[in-house]
Amino acid sequence: MADEVVLLDFWPSPFGMRIRITLAEKGIKYEYKEEDLRNKSPLLLQSNPVHKKIPVLIHNGKPICESLIAVQYIEDVWSNRNPLLPSDPYHRAQARFWADYVDKKVYDLGRKIWTSKGEEQEAAKKEFVEALKLLEEQLGDKTYFGGDNFGFVDIALVPFYTWFKAYETFGNFNIESECPKFIAWVKRCLQKESVSKSLPDPHKVYEFVVEIRKRIGIE
Amino acid sequence: MAKVYEVVKVFGTVGSPFAKRVQIALELKGVQYTFFEEDLRNKSELLLKYNPIHKKVPVLVHNEKALVESLVILEYIDEVWGSDQPILPQQPYHKALARFWSKFIDDKYMPAITKAAFSANKEEREKGSEETVEALEHLENELKDKFFGGESIGVVDIAAGHIAFWLPAIEEAVGLKLLTSDKFPKLHKWGHEYTNHPAVKKNLPQRERLVAFFKARYASIITASK
Repeated sequence: MADEVVLLDFWPSPFGMRIRITLAEKGIKYEYKEEDLRNKSPLLLQSNPVHKKIPVLIHNGKPICESLIAVQYIEDVWSNRNPLLPSDPYHRAQARFWADYVDKKVYDLGRKIWTSKGEEQEAAKKEFVEALKLLEEQLGDKTYFGGDNFGFVDIALVPFYTWFKAYETFGNFNIESECPKFIAWVKRCLQKESVSKSLPDPHKVYEFVVEIRKRIGIE
Repeated sequence: MAKVYEVVKVFGTVGSPFAKRVQIALELKGVQYTFFEEDLRNKSELLLKYNPIHKKVPVLVHNEKALVESLVILEYIDEVWGSDQPILPQQPYHKALARFWSKFIDDKYMPAITKAAFSANKEEREKGSEETVEALEHLENELKDKFFGGESIGVVDIAAGHIAFWLPAIEEAVGLKLLTSDKFPKLHKWGHEYTNHPAVKKNLPQRERLVAFFKARYASIITASK
Protein backbone atom coordinates (compact mmCIF):
# COMPACT_ATOMS: atom_id res chain seq x y z
CA MET A 1 0.00 0.00 0.00
CA ALA A 2 1.41 3.35 -0.95
CA ASP A 3 1.78 5.75 1.98
CA GLU A 4 -0.09 9.00 1.75
CA VAL A 5 1.76 11.72 3.61
CA VAL A 6 0.51 15.30 3.87
CA LEU A 7 2.11 18.18 5.76
CA LEU A 8 -0.02 21.16 6.80
CA ASP A 9 2.50 23.93 7.28
CA PHE A 10 3.31 27.64 7.07
CA TRP A 11 6.54 28.49 5.29
CA PRO A 12 8.30 30.58 8.02
CA SER A 13 7.42 28.16 10.84
CA PRO A 14 10.53 26.63 12.42
CA PHE A 15 8.28 23.88 13.74
CA GLY A 16 7.13 23.02 10.22
CA MET A 17 10.75 23.11 9.04
CA ARG A 18 11.60 20.36 11.54
CA ILE A 19 9.13 18.01 9.86
CA ARG A 20 10.25 19.01 6.34
CA ILE A 21 13.85 18.18 7.22
CA THR A 22 12.86 14.84 8.77
CA LEU A 23 10.78 13.79 5.75
CA ALA A 24 13.71 14.72 3.49
CA GLU A 25 16.19 12.81 5.65
CA LYS A 26 14.01 9.72 5.36
CA GLY A 27 13.39 10.21 1.65
CA ILE A 28 9.62 10.28 2.11
CA LYS A 29 7.44 11.77 -0.61
CA TYR A 30 4.71 14.03 0.70
CA GLU A 31 2.21 16.69 -0.25
CA TYR A 32 2.97 20.11 1.21
CA LYS A 33 -0.06 22.24 1.98
CA GLU A 34 0.50 25.89 2.81
CA GLU A 35 -1.96 27.24 5.37
CA ASP A 36 -3.18 30.81 5.61
CA LEU A 37 -3.13 31.27 9.37
CA ARG A 38 -5.72 34.04 9.19
CA ASN A 39 -8.04 31.70 7.32
CA LYS A 40 -7.35 28.17 8.51
CA SER A 41 -8.53 25.33 6.29
CA PRO A 42 -11.27 22.91 7.40
CA LEU A 43 -8.66 20.15 7.10
CA LEU A 44 -6.39 21.90 9.61
CA LEU A 45 -9.22 22.58 12.05
CA GLN A 46 -10.36 18.99 11.78
CA SER A 47 -6.85 17.55 12.07
CA ASN A 48 -5.82 19.65 15.06
CA PRO A 49 -9.04 20.53 16.88
CA VAL A 50 -7.27 21.02 20.22
CA HIS A 51 -4.62 23.59 19.22
CA LYS A 52 -5.72 24.56 15.68
CA LYS A 53 -2.03 25.05 14.83
CA ILE A 54 0.46 23.99 12.21
CA PRO A 55 2.42 21.90 11.57
CA VAL A 56 0.28 18.81 11.29
CA LEU A 57 1.57 15.64 9.69
CA ILE A 58 -1.17 13.48 8.20
CA HIS A 59 -0.18 9.87 7.47
CA ASN A 60 -2.79 7.79 5.65
CA GLY A 61 -5.48 10.11 6.97
CA LYS A 62 -4.28 10.08 10.58
CA PRO A 63 -3.10 13.43 11.97
CA ILE A 64 -0.07 13.82 14.22
CA CYS A 65 0.32 17.21 15.91
CA GLU A 66 3.26 18.88 17.69
CA SER A 67 6.48 18.97 15.64
CA LEU A 68 8.75 16.89 17.88
CA ILE A 69 6.03 14.27 18.29
CA ALA A 70 5.65 14.12 14.50
CA VAL A 71 9.42 13.80 14.05
CA GLN A 72 9.51 10.89 16.50
CA TYR A 73 6.52 9.33 14.78
CA ILE A 74 8.33 9.44 11.42
CA GLU A 75 11.36 7.91 13.14
CA ASP A 76 9.19 5.10 14.61
CA VAL A 77 7.43 4.28 11.34
CA TRP A 78 10.38 4.63 8.93
CA SER A 79 12.85 3.19 11.40
CA ASN A 80 14.99 1.38 8.86
CA ARG A 81 16.22 4.53 7.12
CA ASN A 82 18.69 7.03 8.53
CA PRO A 83 18.07 6.76 12.30
CA LEU A 84 17.71 10.18 13.89
CA LEU A 85 17.74 9.13 17.54
CA PRO A 86 20.48 7.15 19.31
CA SER A 87 19.75 3.51 20.05
CA ASP A 88 20.89 3.66 23.69
CA PRO A 89 18.06 4.73 26.10
CA TYR A 90 20.23 7.16 28.08
CA HIS A 91 21.42 8.98 24.98
CA ARG A 92 17.88 9.01 23.62
CA ALA A 93 16.75 10.62 26.87
CA GLN A 94 19.51 13.22 26.54
CA ALA A 95 18.42 13.98 22.97
CA ARG A 96 14.82 14.39 24.13
CA PHE A 97 15.95 16.62 26.98
CA TRP A 98 17.87 18.96 24.65
CA ALA A 99 15.07 19.11 22.10
CA ASP A 100 12.73 20.03 24.96
CA TYR A 101 15.26 22.68 26.08
CA VAL A 102 15.19 24.19 22.58
CA ASP A 103 11.39 24.35 22.76
CA LYS A 104 11.42 25.96 26.19
CA LYS A 105 14.12 28.53 25.46
CA VAL A 106 14.95 29.35 21.86
CA TYR A 107 11.48 30.02 20.46
CA ASP A 108 10.11 32.03 23.39
CA LEU A 109 13.23 34.13 23.91
CA GLY A 110 13.58 34.73 20.17
CA ARG A 111 9.99 35.89 20.03
CA LYS A 112 10.56 38.26 22.95
CA ILE A 113 13.50 39.78 21.11
CA TRP A 114 11.49 40.85 18.07
CA THR A 115 8.31 41.81 19.93
CA SER A 116 9.65 43.75 22.91
CA LYS A 117 11.75 46.81 23.64
CA GLY A 118 13.95 48.32 26.30
CA GLU A 119 14.72 46.31 29.43
CA GLU A 120 12.50 43.39 28.50
CA GLN A 121 14.28 43.03 25.18
CA GLU A 122 17.73 43.34 26.78
CA ALA A 123 16.88 40.61 29.27
CA ALA A 124 15.60 38.35 26.49
CA LYS A 125 18.75 38.91 24.41
CA LYS A 126 20.97 38.05 27.36
CA GLU A 127 19.07 34.87 28.13
CA PHE A 128 18.97 33.93 24.45
CA VAL A 129 22.75 34.20 24.09
CA GLU A 130 23.19 32.20 27.33
CA ALA A 131 20.96 29.46 25.92
CA LEU A 132 22.94 29.32 22.67
CA LYS A 133 26.20 29.19 24.64
CA LEU A 134 24.87 26.30 26.69
CA LEU A 135 23.94 24.53 23.47
CA GLU A 136 27.44 25.23 22.12
CA GLU A 137 28.86 23.60 25.24
CA GLN A 138 26.63 20.60 24.69
CA LEU A 139 27.77 20.38 21.06
CA GLY A 140 31.43 20.47 22.12
CA ASP A 141 33.73 19.21 19.39
CA LYS A 142 31.11 17.05 17.74
CA THR A 143 30.11 17.57 14.13
CA TYR A 144 26.43 17.51 15.05
CA PHE A 145 24.47 17.31 18.30
CA GLY A 146 23.84 13.72 17.25
CA GLY A 147 27.61 13.07 17.08
CA ASP A 148 28.91 12.03 13.67
CA ASN A 149 25.36 11.79 12.42
CA PHE A 150 22.82 14.54 12.02
CA GLY A 151 19.95 13.81 14.42
CA PHE A 152 17.00 14.79 16.56
CA VAL A 153 18.49 17.76 18.39
CA ASP A 154 20.02 19.17 15.19
CA ILE A 155 16.57 18.95 13.58
CA ALA A 156 14.90 20.59 16.58
CA LEU A 157 17.32 23.51 16.58
CA VAL A 158 18.60 24.39 13.10
CA PRO A 159 15.31 25.89 11.77
CA PHE A 160 15.59 28.79 14.23
CA TYR A 161 18.64 29.97 12.28
CA THR A 162 16.27 31.28 9.60
CA TRP A 163 14.94 33.73 12.20
CA PHE A 164 18.37 34.99 13.32
CA LYS A 165 18.49 37.87 10.86
CA ALA A 166 15.16 39.09 12.29
CA TYR A 167 16.38 38.65 15.89
CA GLU A 168 19.68 40.42 15.13
CA THR A 169 18.08 43.36 13.32
CA PHE A 170 15.37 44.07 15.86
CA GLY A 171 17.57 43.14 18.81
CA ASN A 172 20.55 45.04 17.49
CA PHE A 173 23.15 42.39 18.17
CA ASN A 174 25.29 39.90 16.26
CA ILE A 175 24.82 36.25 17.04
CA GLU A 176 27.91 34.97 15.22
CA SER A 177 30.25 37.18 17.24
CA GLU A 178 28.69 35.89 20.47
CA CYS A 179 28.39 32.25 19.42
CA PRO A 180 30.78 31.43 16.56
CA LYS A 181 30.72 27.66 17.20
CA PHE A 182 26.95 27.70 16.94
CA ILE A 183 27.06 29.38 13.54
CA ALA A 184 29.78 26.99 12.39
CA TRP A 185 27.45 24.09 13.29
CA VAL A 186 24.60 25.77 11.38
CA LYS A 187 26.80 26.03 8.29
CA ARG A 188 27.65 22.31 8.51
CA CYS A 189 23.94 21.50 8.71
CA LEU A 190 23.18 23.73 5.71
CA GLN A 191 25.55 21.62 3.63
CA LYS A 192 23.04 18.81 3.89
CA GLU A 193 20.45 18.90 1.14
CA SER A 194 17.68 17.79 3.50
CA VAL A 195 18.31 20.97 5.49
CA SER A 196 19.07 23.52 2.75
CA LYS A 197 16.02 22.49 0.72
CA SER A 198 13.72 22.64 3.76
CA LEU A 199 14.68 26.05 5.08
CA PRO A 200 13.47 29.35 3.64
CA ASP A 201 15.81 32.27 2.94
CA PRO A 202 16.45 34.20 6.19
CA HIS A 203 15.92 37.45 4.24
CA LYS A 204 12.40 36.37 3.38
CA VAL A 205 11.75 35.48 7.02
CA TYR A 206 13.06 38.91 8.03
CA GLU A 207 10.68 40.62 5.59
CA PHE A 208 7.84 38.51 6.96
CA VAL A 209 8.69 39.63 10.50
CA VAL A 210 8.75 43.29 9.36
CA GLU A 211 5.22 42.75 8.04
CA ILE A 212 3.92 41.16 11.25
CA ARG A 213 5.44 43.87 13.38
CA LYS A 214 3.54 46.45 11.33
CA ARG A 215 0.39 44.38 11.56
CA ILE A 216 0.52 43.96 15.32
CA GLY A 217 1.58 47.56 15.83
CA ILE A 218 5.16 47.38 17.05
CA GLU A 219 7.08 50.38 15.78
CA MET B 1 12.88 -6.32 38.14
CA ALA B 2 15.97 -4.27 38.98
CA LYS B 3 19.07 -6.37 39.11
CA VAL B 4 21.23 -6.28 42.25
CA TYR B 5 23.96 -4.13 40.69
CA GLU B 6 21.59 -1.39 39.52
CA VAL B 7 21.48 1.71 41.67
CA VAL B 8 18.44 3.90 41.24
CA LYS B 9 17.89 7.19 43.05
CA VAL B 10 15.01 9.63 42.78
CA PHE B 11 15.29 13.25 43.91
CA GLY B 12 11.97 14.88 44.64
CA THR B 13 9.68 16.31 47.24
CA VAL B 14 6.90 14.45 49.01
CA GLY B 15 4.25 16.72 47.49
CA SER B 16 5.59 17.07 43.93
CA PRO B 17 3.22 15.66 41.31
CA PHE B 18 6.14 15.49 38.86
CA ALA B 19 8.27 13.39 41.22
CA LYS B 20 5.25 11.15 41.86
CA ARG B 21 5.08 10.39 38.13
CA VAL B 22 8.56 8.94 38.29
CA GLN B 23 7.86 7.02 41.49
CA ILE B 24 4.67 5.50 40.12
CA ALA B 25 6.44 4.42 36.93
CA LEU B 26 9.22 2.74 38.90
CA GLU B 27 6.57 1.08 41.10
CA LEU B 28 4.81 -0.30 38.02
CA LYS B 29 8.09 -1.76 36.77
CA GLY B 30 8.98 -3.22 40.15
CA VAL B 31 12.19 -1.18 40.37
CA GLN B 32 13.67 -0.50 43.79
CA TYR B 33 15.06 2.97 44.39
CA THR B 34 16.18 5.36 47.11
CA PHE B 35 14.17 8.54 47.48
CA PHE B 36 16.03 11.73 48.36
CA GLU B 37 13.69 14.37 49.72
CA GLU B 38 14.68 17.90 48.72
CA ASP B 39 13.96 21.18 50.46
CA LEU B 40 13.38 23.39 47.42
CA ARG B 41 14.30 26.52 49.37
CA ASN B 42 17.65 24.97 50.18
CA LYS B 43 18.60 22.65 47.35
CA SER B 44 21.17 19.97 48.04
CA GLU B 45 24.61 19.87 46.40
CA LEU B 46 23.68 16.55 44.87
CA LEU B 47 20.56 17.95 43.21
CA LEU B 48 22.50 20.89 41.78
CA LYS B 49 25.17 18.48 40.54
CA TYR B 50 22.65 16.18 38.84
CA ASN B 51 20.45 18.95 37.38
CA PRO B 52 22.68 21.98 36.86
CA ILE B 53 20.61 23.38 34.02
CA HIS B 54 17.09 23.53 35.48
CA LYS B 55 17.94 22.84 39.17
CA LYS B 56 14.57 21.16 39.64
CA VAL B 57 12.99 17.97 40.83
CA PRO B 58 12.43 15.24 39.85
CA VAL B 59 15.79 13.78 38.91
CA LEU B 60 16.26 10.09 38.23
CA VAL B 61 19.79 8.84 38.72
CA HIS B 62 20.40 5.39 37.24
CA ASN B 63 23.85 3.96 37.85
CA GLU B 64 25.10 7.55 38.30
CA LYS B 65 23.56 8.76 35.03
CA ALA B 66 21.17 11.64 35.70
CA LEU B 67 17.91 12.21 33.84
CA VAL B 68 15.60 15.17 34.23
CA GLU B 69 12.17 16.32 32.99
CA SER B 70 9.49 13.92 34.15
CA LEU B 71 8.08 12.99 30.73
CA VAL B 72 11.60 12.29 29.40
CA ILE B 73 12.21 10.17 32.50
CA LEU B 74 8.99 8.18 31.96
CA GLU B 75 10.05 7.25 28.43
CA TYR B 76 13.49 6.25 29.71
CA ILE B 77 11.97 4.05 32.43
CA ASP B 78 9.74 2.40 29.86
CA GLU B 79 12.66 1.72 27.51
CA VAL B 80 15.05 0.40 30.15
CA TRP B 81 12.66 -1.65 32.27
CA GLY B 82 10.36 -2.61 29.38
CA SER B 83 8.49 -5.94 29.20
CA ASP B 84 5.16 -6.65 30.80
CA GLN B 85 3.94 -3.33 32.17
CA PRO B 86 4.41 -0.96 29.21
CA ILE B 87 3.80 2.69 30.00
CA LEU B 88 3.76 3.84 26.38
CA PRO B 89 1.87 2.10 23.57
CA GLN B 90 3.99 0.13 21.12
CA GLN B 91 2.12 1.12 17.97
CA PRO B 92 3.62 4.35 16.54
CA TYR B 93 0.35 6.24 16.06
CA HIS B 94 -0.96 5.40 19.53
CA LYS B 95 2.44 6.30 20.93
CA ALA B 96 2.26 9.68 19.18
CA LEU B 97 -1.22 10.27 20.66
CA ALA B 98 0.01 9.33 24.15
CA ARG B 99 2.89 11.79 23.80
CA PHE B 100 0.49 14.47 22.52
CA TRP B 101 -1.84 14.19 25.52
CA SER B 102 1.00 14.02 28.06
CA LYS B 103 2.45 17.19 26.55
CA PHE B 104 -1.02 18.78 26.54
CA ILE B 105 -1.28 18.19 30.28
CA ASP B 106 2.09 19.89 30.89
CA ASP B 107 1.69 22.72 28.36
CA LYS B 108 -1.98 23.58 28.90
CA TYR B 109 -3.54 22.09 32.03
CA MET B 110 -0.68 22.64 34.51
CA PRO B 111 -0.08 26.35 33.78
CA ALA B 112 -3.85 26.93 33.74
CA ILE B 113 -4.50 25.47 37.20
CA THR B 114 -1.50 27.32 38.65
CA LYS B 115 -2.87 30.54 37.19
CA ALA B 116 -6.40 29.76 38.43
CA ALA B 117 -5.31 29.12 42.00
CA PHE B 118 -2.19 31.16 42.58
CA SER B 119 -2.17 34.31 40.46
CA ALA B 120 -2.00 37.47 42.54
CA ASN B 121 -4.52 39.22 40.31
CA LYS B 122 -8.22 38.22 40.52
CA GLU B 123 -8.81 38.62 36.78
CA GLU B 124 -5.83 36.36 36.07
CA ARG B 125 -7.28 33.76 38.41
CA GLU B 126 -10.65 33.89 36.64
CA LYS B 127 -8.95 33.54 33.28
CA GLY B 128 -6.96 30.62 34.67
CA SER B 129 -10.18 28.92 35.79
CA GLU B 130 -11.62 29.25 32.29
CA GLU B 131 -8.46 27.82 30.78
CA THR B 132 -8.43 24.94 33.28
CA VAL B 133 -12.03 24.04 32.44
CA GLU B 134 -11.19 24.15 28.73
CA ALA B 135 -8.26 21.82 29.26
CA LEU B 136 -10.36 19.45 31.37
CA GLU B 137 -13.02 19.42 28.64
CA HIS B 138 -10.49 18.23 26.07
CA LEU B 139 -9.35 15.48 28.45
CA GLU B 140 -12.93 14.47 29.28
CA ASN B 141 -13.59 14.05 25.54
CA GLU B 142 -10.41 12.07 25.05
CA LEU B 143 -11.13 9.57 27.84
CA LYS B 144 -12.80 6.53 26.28
CA ASP B 145 -11.97 3.63 28.58
CA LYS B 146 -11.30 2.98 32.24
CA PHE B 147 -7.94 4.73 31.86
CA PHE B 148 -6.38 6.95 29.20
CA GLY B 149 -4.13 3.95 28.55
CA GLY B 150 -7.13 1.64 28.02
CA GLU B 151 -7.70 -1.18 30.47
CA SER B 152 -4.44 -0.50 32.27
CA ILE B 153 -2.72 2.74 33.21
CA GLY B 154 -0.31 4.36 30.82
CA VAL B 155 1.80 7.47 30.44
CA VAL B 156 -1.18 9.82 30.00
CA ASP B 157 -2.78 8.56 33.23
CA ILE B 158 0.51 9.02 35.05
CA ALA B 159 0.94 12.51 33.58
CA ALA B 160 -2.66 13.37 34.48
CA GLY B 161 -2.21 12.30 38.09
CA HIS B 162 -2.38 15.92 39.25
CA ILE B 163 -6.04 16.04 38.22
CA ALA B 164 -6.92 12.99 40.34
CA PHE B 165 -5.31 14.10 43.59
CA TRP B 166 -3.70 17.53 43.57
CA LEU B 167 -6.56 19.36 41.86
CA PRO B 168 -9.16 18.38 44.48
CA ALA B 169 -6.72 19.44 47.21
CA ILE B 170 -6.18 22.81 45.51
CA GLU B 171 -9.92 23.25 45.07
CA GLU B 172 -10.48 22.68 48.78
CA ALA B 173 -7.59 24.93 49.79
CA VAL B 174 -8.47 27.97 47.68
CA GLY B 175 -12.21 27.55 47.21
CA LEU B 176 -12.45 26.53 43.55
CA LYS B 177 -14.99 24.19 42.01
CA LEU B 178 -13.70 23.17 38.61
CA LEU B 179 -13.69 19.37 38.35
CA THR B 180 -17.40 18.86 39.03
CA SER B 181 -18.89 15.40 38.55
CA ASP B 182 -21.83 16.65 36.50
CA LYS B 183 -19.60 18.42 34.02
CA PHE B 184 -16.81 15.83 34.04
CA PRO B 185 -18.36 12.43 34.85
CA LYS B 186 -15.66 10.41 33.08
CA LEU B 187 -12.74 12.30 34.62
CA HIS B 188 -14.36 12.01 38.04
CA LYS B 189 -14.68 8.25 37.74
CA TRP B 190 -11.17 8.05 36.30
CA GLY B 191 -9.83 9.98 39.31
CA HIS B 192 -11.23 7.35 41.68
CA GLU B 193 -9.90 4.45 39.61
CA TYR B 194 -6.49 6.06 39.29
CA THR B 195 -5.96 6.96 42.93
CA ASN B 196 -7.07 3.46 43.95
CA HIS B 197 -4.65 1.70 41.62
CA PRO B 198 -2.16 -0.13 43.87
CA ALA B 199 0.93 1.47 42.31
CA VAL B 200 -0.58 4.93 42.75
CA LYS B 201 -2.23 4.50 46.15
CA LYS B 202 1.00 3.76 47.98
CA ASN B 203 2.70 6.74 46.39
CA LEU B 204 0.23 9.52 47.18
CA PRO B 205 1.14 12.28 49.64
CA GLN B 206 -1.03 12.94 52.69
CA ARG B 207 -4.05 14.93 51.59
CA GLU B 208 -4.32 17.12 54.72
CA ARG B 209 -0.68 18.17 54.41
CA LEU B 210 -1.18 18.98 50.74
CA VAL B 211 -4.28 21.08 51.47
CA ALA B 212 -2.40 22.92 54.24
CA PHE B 213 0.50 23.56 51.87
CA PHE B 214 -1.80 25.02 49.20
CA LYS B 215 -3.69 27.10 51.77
CA ALA B 216 -0.42 28.62 52.94
CA ARG B 217 0.70 29.30 49.39
CA TYR B 218 -2.60 30.96 48.50
CA ALA B 219 -2.56 33.06 51.66
CA SER B 220 0.95 34.35 51.00
CA ILE B 221 0.05 35.34 47.45
CA ILE B 222 -3.11 37.15 48.52
CA THR B 223 -1.23 38.95 51.29
CA ALA B 224 1.60 39.95 48.96
CA SER B 225 -0.89 41.36 46.45
CA LYS B 226 -2.47 43.75 48.93
